Amino acid sequence: MPKKAAHIKIKELKTDIGVIKDLTLSIGRILDEKWTEPIGPTPFPSITDLREWDLKLLKRYKPMYMPFCDVCCLCTYGKCDLTGGKRGACGIDIAAQQSRFYLLSSCIGAATHVAHARHLTEHLIERHGRKFPIDVGGMSVEVEAPITRLVCGIRPRTLGDLEDVLDYVENQVTHLLASTHTGQEGNKIDFESKVFHAGMIDHVGMEIGDIAQIAAYGFPKADPEAPLAELGFGMIDLHKPVIACIGHNVPPAIEIVDYLRTNGLYGKVEVCGLCCTAHDITRYNPEAKIVGPISWQLRFVRSGVPDVIVIDEQCVRTDSLIEAQKIKAPVIVTSDKICLGLQNRTRDPIDKIVTDLVEAKLSGVLILDPAKAGEVAVRTAVKVAPKRKKFKVIPDVDEIIERAKKCASFGDCNDCRRSCPNDLPIPKAMIAASTGNMNKLASLYEACIGCGRCESACRAGMTVHSFIIKAAEKKLKEEKFKIRTGRGAIQDLEIRKVGSPIVLGEIPGVVGFVGCANYPNGVKEVAEMCSEFANRRYIVTTSGCAAMSVAMHKNEEGQTLYEMYSGDFDAGGVVNVGSCVSNSHIAGAAIKIASIFARRKLRANYEEIADYVLNRVGAVGVAFGAYSQKAQSIASGFWRLGIPVIVGPHGAKYRRMLLGRKDHEEDWYTYDARTGDRVYVGPAPEHLFYTAETKEEAMVMIAKLCIRPNDTTKGRAIKLTHYCDLHRRLYGTMPDDIHLFVRTAADIPITMKDDIVKILEEKGWKERTIPDPTLLPRLIRKRKE
Amino acid sequence: MSAEPWQRAEIAGPKKALVFAKPEVVVTMVKTAKRPILVVGHEAVDNGLGEEKVIDYVIRMAKTAKIPVVATAHIFGEFVKRGFQPATWMSVMDITNRLQDPEWKGLDGMGQYDLVLFMGIPYYMQWVTLSSLKHASPDLKTLSLGRFYQPHATCSFSNFSLEYWINCLKVIIRGFEAK
Repeated sequence: MPKKAAHIKIKELKTDIGVIKDLTLSIGRILDEKWTEPIGPTPFPSITDLREWDLKLLKRYKPMYMPFCDVCCLCTYGKCDLTGGKRGACGIDIAAQQSRFYLLSSCIGAATHVAHARHLTEHLIERHGRKFPIDVGGMSVEVEAPITRLVCGIRPRTLGDLEDVLDYVENQVTHLLASTHTGQEGNKIDFESKVFHAGMIDHVGMEIGDIAQIAAYGFPKADPEAPLAELGFGMIDLHKPVIACIGHNVPPAIEIVDYLRTNGLYGKVEVCGLCCTAHDITRYNPEAKIVGPISWQLRFVRSGVPDVIVIDEQCVRTDSLIEAQKIKAPVIVTSDKICLGLQNRTRDPIDKIVTDLVEAKLSGVLILDPAKAGEVAVRTAVKVAPKRKKFKVIPDVDEIIERAKKCASFGDCNDCRRSCPNDLPIPKAMIAASTGNMNKLASLYEACIGCGRCESACRAGMTVHSFIIKAAEKKLKEEKFKIRTGRGAIQDLEIRKVGSPIVLGEIPGVVGFVGCANYPNGVKEVAEMCSEFANRRYIVTTSGCAAMSVAMHKNEEGQTLYEMYSGDFDAGGVVNVGSCVSNSHIAGAAIKIASIFARRKLRANYEEIADYVLNRVGAVGVAFGAYSQKAQSIASGFWRLGIPVIVGPHGAKYRRMLLGRKDHEEDWYTYDARTGDRVYVGPAPEHLFYTAETKEEAMVMIAKLCIRPNDTTKGRAIKLTHYCDLHRRLYGTMPDDIHLFVRTAADIPITMKDDIVKILEEKGWKERTIPDPTLLPRLIRKRKE
Repeated sequence: MSAEPWQRAEIAGPKKALVFAKPEVVVTMVKTAKRPILVVGHEAVDNGLGEEKVIDYVIRMAKTAKIPVVATAHIFGEFVKRGFQPATWMSVMDITNRLQDPEWKGLDGMGQYDLVLFMGIPYYMQWVTLSSLKHASPDLKTLSLGRFYQPHATCSFSNFSLEYWINCLKVIIRGFEAK
């Protein structure tokens, strides 16, 4: 640990000049010299310390703004009309306002992960003490916290060390948030630089959160063979009392498991989860079950399966209490972030709380002590289950038919469809249902994201979502899948093995399927993309709700992708790193390639490592169903590190993209670090933040965005093979920009040589040199005179 | 005429699209434009009446009006299967970005376009891209030929039934044929 507080107390000191008594000297913090790696240029960077790097990226990848609305309504000067180049009362224009909003959202995302990490760290320190060691992979992982080392320049060894890092990131989030106040920052590019900073801070926060829980809870430690867990509605044993844990902060769920174990109830009560708490509970106990991603919350609760619902934090439906009341299931909220108006019973006797919940004197309670929440959850579930008898609010078919007839009597109002994010043809399905045909309602199930807006909009009070669930009941009950539990970090040994083929391009890329479940056409598209790239021998990583979505697809033999492919961080592997905070291991792997494989200095050396990743590590993130502010800040952290991110069509609502212009040749020059020459390297990677309209477009773009300036000719030929093959298969034509990516004749894939040579001749292509690419003049080894 | 956005909550701002009084207005606007372009998204293959899909109407429209077509997403191959060669494949993001650049030379090197027609792009995605153009390309006219009202366009259809919408497309094609 390089930073420590020094406190010196001297009771009595006799010197030549006199006697000093009761002297206390506090130095604050001093550097620990045990880590011999020299400290880099930007330890604990401030908002502006990496601004120069950001400006380099933003010069190439310029923001394209897509305002959701024409006005700003952030202060009482407003609403301000920002159309037609008008400025608001504070002087802001539409572009800066979009950047400001983006920064605001990124701060929300970063603050959420950082607060989660703080909460976890404090809780674990309370349980295990500050000196509890950080071990995320034993001998296989020496670089335990690559992002923290890179950003902060420190090497956390114990849980207590993480507190210093959290102090820093909390400080930065505060400064960033302050810059969004009316009358602060006014330049769109500076806002964007701050967005990058928020993203980087978010990655530190995620890393701290995950390494703390991996170490203290004994989650899989960089284990490619982490056990398989069960996933899906159909996996839940309805004969047992069921406790459903929803959210992203696992301590209460872990206390539930521990209480079951210590009280002989293990196996007698079903523990399952939704969203990232589900991931993390299976990392602790692989016999726990995952119901599914966020879009499964409403359908699972209404099905009446959970006897007790335990809520922690993040991505929890804010009407959870209302929905739980409908099925008579008590709710236990466990986080100061989500209190839902419930009484704080943290200090009350457990017996009394359980009695109040079992006798339905209260619909829910707030318990901020995870251990107490765990015990209350179990004891309540055991007593409530026989009373509830899985009481549900899903209507039967006859009721749906009758109510659908009433819907038909309202005419062609279309309110449900017009409120549906995916514009699902609900009215037609309701008309069919009124005649007894449930098939059209059932066909909506897969593309339904479970938001329930159709119901809120319905003037006739139809519980449309419940109708869909009933119609698709068979599908829901058949949801039985296997998912590899989150393995956490990537081993240093794995990095050494794949570092060279990734950097040289022989492993065509690392693709991370991450983020939420706001998909345009359901979960299957993510699984299809994942399968495609694993088959093509890319390294495929997954996390969060996307990791669950990937599991919800089986091949003809009934295997999920996690059963078909290994969990190794290697070509053709499908690697579930874990929950949202585990995304840090994907970024960490890219950083470790620079550090471990290429031996670049890691410590507080952000700019150089990001430059390395941008130019050499063919990695791309895909958040096809991203909806949240957290997903936004995670993406922002990847951008600053030089890793592009593709979102699905709903991601366009993030209201700005970072797009390169391949037709602007001047944007695609780097320095050749060997000579100092400026060399054209082609649009690689072409974009930093990009919305794909369809799965097919995303797949072609994934292959393209894995291309990097440093690829060897062999590596480039492999990458171009995938790009051209996907382009030809999915678009029905060869790409028209191939000449920008072929540097020498040796780059041309042999199997496509005739086609490509023809295009090159048409385009007047000329051979060019392959540099040792860098955007940083200071890395040029031999300067031009 | 005024109209409401198809998706209820998507309220725009002070500057909203004019609604075409009749489909023939589209013909007039295209005829008077110096450099029109048609951008077509993947939903053009999903929608249609009977055997004919929207893409078939698009092809007729492009041929009769002699407008270059930008095929987005994976729809390029669908055009080719129907014996029509779009001017290019380009993503919605890229074409929107280029349409904001006054220095862009266009697909044919002849300069920026002055009128763009959109069809077949998911409603919410079209919403934000039209907004982008409204704010960043004040001189560009954007026409939404989709089935539902797009308030960020310069001009848009109102919310139509499928049958009425297809009929409007036919009227537009006839207008171009009579050119």
